Amino acid sequence: MGEPNTAAQPSQEFEKVLVNSSTDVASFDTHDKTPLQKIQHFLHSTPAAVPFVVLIASILVFGLAIGGRFFSSYTLTLILQQIAVVGMLGAAQTLVILTAGIDLSIGVIMVISAVVMGNCAVSYGLPAPIAVAAGFLVGGACGLLNGLLVSRLKLPPFIVTLGTWYVIMSTNFIYSENATIREADVTAVTQWLHVFGVNFKVGAAVLTLGVVAMVVLVFGLWYALNHTAWGRHLYAVGDDPEAAKLSGIRVGKVLLSAYTIAGLIAALAAWVSIGRNGSISPSAAVTDYNLQAITAAVIGGISLFGGRGSILGTLIGAMIVGVVSMGLNMLGADPQWKVFLTGVLIISAVAVDQWIRKVAA
Amino acid sequence: MAQEPILTARGLVKRYGRVTALDHADFDLYPGEILAVIGDNGAGKSSMIKAISGAVTPDEGEIRLEGQPVHFRSPMEARAAGIETVYQNLALSPALSIADNMFLGREIRKPGLFGKLFRTLDRSAMEKMARAKLSELGLMTIQNINQAVETLSGGQRQGVAVARAAAFGSKVVIMDEPTAALGVKESRRVLELILDVRRRGLPIVLISHNMPHVFEVADRIHIHRLGRRLCVINPKEYTMSDAVAFMTGAKAPPGEALAA
Repeated sequence: MGEPNTAAQPSQEFEKVLVNSSTDVASFDTHDKTPLQKIQHFLHSTPAAVPFVVLIASILVFGLAIGGRFFSSYTLTLILQQIAVVGMLGAAQTLVILTAGIDLSIGVIMVISAVVMGNCAVSYGLPAPIAVAAGFLVGGACGLLNGLLVSRLKLPPFIVTLGTWYVIMSTNFIYSENATIREADVTAVTQWLHVFGVNFKVGAAVLTLGVVAMVVLVFGLWYALNHTAWGRHLYAVGDDPEAAKLSGIRVGKVLLSAYTIAGLIAALAAWVSIGRNGSISPSAAVTDYNLQAITAAVIGGISLFGGRGSILGTLIGAMIVGVVSMGLNMLGADPQWKVFLTGVLIISAVAVDQWIRKVAA
Repeated sequence: MAQEPILTARGLVKRYGRVTALDHADFDLYPGEILAVIGDNGAGKSSMIKAISGAVTPDEGEIRLEGQPVHFRSPMEARAAGIETVYQNLALSPALSIADNMFLGREIRKPGLFGKLFRTLDRSAMEKMARAKLSELGLMTIQNINQAVETLSGGQRQGVAVARAAAFGSKVVIMDEPTAALGVKESRRVLELILDVRRRGLPIVLISHNMPHVFEVADRIHIHRLGRRLCVINPKEYTMSDAVAFMTGAKAPPGEALAA
């Protein structure tokens, strides 16, 4: 076993000329960047920056148009109360979208969880903790079903969750006979189902426990996504599943966990929505919660192609929608303008995402 | 060769439906050597390498690492046994940082309560180690260890993948077409990296189509044909044309090489 030619002396004839070439290998150009490229690089490494700028801009625009009324801490915290449920669903949706999937059933999972919580407490007379646990069980089971179909049967997430959307929605109507549980009936048996509706004042600001729950949830998930191996694996799976698999990540398990946790978060959102609405209505299943959650995530800079974006962006995305709709409300505009602007925001957000992804060395 | 082979495979069979990718293939790797594996497209090189690295499970046959039979069901298990693979597509996650990629699937957690209870990652330890490994291989032209891999050039990505394998591979490093996507200068650098890794005593399996590169660095050349090992030749005794003739079937393999 002889020593081959030392590598420092190229042995191939055609490589001889390399001696005269520059010796630094693949070094970095840190210079020669236009300001625009610098911005692109910054946004590439800080995905929540775009929605943040949009949020500040929309607050300023509506603030100037409406005046002091809009800047009151009452108005601003009212927006937070209004987006608590969608913000949580958006966080659940974010987990799934980061794996390059989509969860169209997230809204109806929330509704059926709420209905189960209400029925257990009111109709079956079970203690509140058991009613809540039953709701989480149903939410988690629905998420697990999605996860199993996506990770084991390897069906496309869009088709799986489109199917479970219909299945869960109809189950919800059949099970509940489309009967609304009135607020008074819930209050009569327990206070616990309304716990997230409890509000408290910080100065002039009025916050509910639901808002607190949303913020805690988002920051908890942010921590998990950025500072635990599970979070890094979720990004890797969404980015390039084949590479993730070869790196030794169990892709199926990560997908399963993402959909299941999304289901559990939907159940938490159900609890918060009971607090906000008071009553529990199975017909809420026809509301486009899914699309609102996807909207929050997309406006927040989560890439639909997976693996990119920060969950803080989703929170900001939900706030942008909240600020725009509140602002237009206060201006007395036709509510359809809110829908119009949301559409414009979605398309702009995806266009910006595409541009950022083109970043190159 | 008086030494015992560190990694052997006997009678590997892998079928994909009606296609037989591996037809009772054998394989031997000796300590401290660079073994090149060559073969025509579809000869089953990749399937054999995947079987050895745990990416696919062979239908039949036996793999032994240091004399002990092993049955890898995932790349994770092969890695735990000390076999690292640099795949042709590199298996890097483009949006994650260099440090994240090097530790993908084997992250280090913080010691103490934070690591146990909250499973917090020890970022600084991972970054320090990643930086040390890259400098060791002379790759520290990469300035920011937290840079996303997709902002690196092809050669730099290859460097990160090789550094990852060299850092964690304790017994065998497998490289699948490491120079296929690279320019002349970058290929040269990667070949130096390969020799560097061998100098540290790690045996290397090199799969390549590039005959000049194979003949330059390999100690022995395993020629794969029609799903099995055709022969093993010494690059000093045969020319590149001979090797190509063997692997395409234009020439019968030498008798004595068959036994090797």
